[in-house]
Amino acid sequence: MLDPIIQLKNIKKNFGSVIALDGVSFDVTPGECHCLLGDNGAGKSTFIKIMSGVYRPTSGEMLFQGEDVKFTKPYDALTNGIATVYQDLGMIPLMSVTRNFFMGNEPTKGGLLKIFDHELANKITIDEMSKFQINLRSPDQAVGTLSGGERQTVAIARAVYFGAKVLILDEPTSALGVKQTANVLDTVDKMRKKGIAVVFITHNVRHAYSVGDRFTVLDRGKTLATANHKDVSPDDLQNMMAGGKVLPSLNE
Amino acid sequence: MANDERIKKTNFLQKTLMRPEFGSICGVILVLIFFLLIARDNGMFNPDGIRNWSVVSAQFAIIAVGACLLMIAGEFDLSVGSMIGFSGMVLAIGSIHYGLPVWFSILIAYVLSIALGAFNGFLVIKTRLPSFIVTLAFLYILRGLTIFMSVTTTDKTILSGMKPLADADWLAPIFGGESLTGLFRWMGDNGWIEVFSRGTNEGLPVVSGIPNLILWAIGLVIFGHWLLTKTRFGNWIYASGGDANAARYAGVPVTKVKILMFMFTAFCACTFAMIQVTEFGSAGADRGLLKEFEAIICVVIGGALLTGGYGSVIGAGLGAIMFGVVQQGLFFSGAESSLFRVFLGGLLLIAVITNTYIRRLIVGTDD
Repeated sequence: MLDPIIQLKNIKKNFGSVIALDGVSFDVTPGECHCLLGDNGAGKSTFIKIMSGVYRPTSGEMLFQGEDVKFTKPYDALTNGIATVYQDLGMIPLMSVTRNFFMGNEPTKGGLLKIFDHELANKITIDEMSKFQINLRSPDQAVGTLSGGERQTVAIARAVYFGAKVLILDEPTSALGVKQTANVLDTVDKMRKKGIAVVFITHNVRHAYSVGDRFTVLDRGKTLATANHKDVSPDDLQNMMAGGKVLPSLNE
Repeated sequence: MANDERIKKTNFLQKTLMRPEFGSICGVILVLIFFLLIARDNGMFNPDGIRNWSVVSAQFAIIAVGACLLMIAGEFDLSVGSMIGFSGMVLAIGSIHYGLPVWFSILIAYVLSIALGAFNGFLVIKTRLPSFIVTLAFLYILRGLTIFMSVTTTDKTILSGMKPLADADWLAPIFGGESLTGLFRWMGDNGWIEVFSRGTNEGLPVVSGIPNLILWAIGLVIFGHWLLTKTRFGNWIYASGGDANAARYAGVPVTKVKILMFMFTAFCACTFAMIQVTEFGSAGADRGLLKEFEAIICVVIGGALLTGGYGSVIGAGLGAIMFGVVQQGLFFSGAESSLFRVFLGGLLLIAVITNTYIRRLIVGTDD
């Protein structure tokens, strides 16, 4: 098995007196899809925000390609090849697909004047999007006109185009319909086959089970279990997410 | 290409409708037609009439360009009017009271106002308070300081006598002077434009040239439009105003972009003041009253969204033309001047409603 590309050891995070994470360990290897499962409030979001540089952990170690790293801002993670696709933010609805795709990484011409090379940017956007079976009417189309699944795909395509080695997907399927979900899961599968390490956050066991190689279940800020695909059933995962035991019966 | 039959085909009309400038182009045309019909006989469209409303429109345009880029970047500056009073007074006190060279006073005015703009921006970013409230505070602070400064140094709140000083200076004429005077005289000599028929100016054209402030306005609109739509920095302006967090996560230096836009707004306000003082020959501590709102009105009429992330500098320029034409047109047509405000308020309301509708059309949601 390959060495993990990113490894987090015993991560703790407090917000004031609230302990959000109490010693969570996690790793992911290239070409693997590692699903992070947990009910609302389990600490999934806090954990990936630490991985993507939004928060700094209170304590714990983070290794990227075997070396100790500390991210002080999201851009640090991004420049290291750790790209996060958030469910709610990342795309600006009023801006065109091209402007969103190249936001912060605009190709320029004209030297010092830093002219945005729209022609090149439009061409790349159309090409990259068609690789994901999304045919844009025009690259000037506002992102707001795309469906939720298409927006996720633009965000994933953008991350991959700019050389993401680790792709963190925050609940990418939670707001999507059946068909769009299938498209996004298909994309995840393709990314994994390209050798990208995928961290897939969800509370939908069926979505996770269909693409995941490994599963980590969080509960109340702690790791409940980590298991390989062949060792668990969706029911096991479901029960673990419900608090580490079979759902309590009503007469208890 | 897989066509989704449920996506409505957008036709040319709808596409045009979605351009931020569209509303303001229609508005300018409508307003011009309206006044062509009612005020033509009153000289509004004679050379000096055109010059009259062009100058007023250009004044609005100069401050609207700054306000427009700042609004697209997601912020407001309500201290623009006070900044105009302040920087004009700095110029006048420097050159009249302390006898500094005019060019040097202009330089000081620019440095001080741009620094204040940066401080405004810095406060907004650091406190994370809405720029509305921070710059509202500055509206009062700066106005008060300006009056205090002029009263304590000169015992007056209006300083006149700038005209001869400005005329003798090498830098001042680029603000208050005129260009293409030769061309206009030549056109007058050929009888193409109206000339004075008596008096000391007999034989000279009624309109002697293009006021430089109009060139400033055109220059600033072109620069602003180029910056916003053609450069990498322009994409950062859109992104900072569209969603500052998303922009930050993608590596856009949002803080820098916003502070620079506050500085640019201050630059525009200062330019307005330099022109006003050198052209009219006096500065007043109460100058620029309500200008911040007039700038914002031009920007909104021009199709920008108050919430940021969307708008057009050309639109803002057209908004300024509309503003100027309406204001002077009502004057030319002899209408009761109080009606101007009613008209303006109505225009603003229509613009905001249209903009909100267009945004829904783009984003396709009901929020």
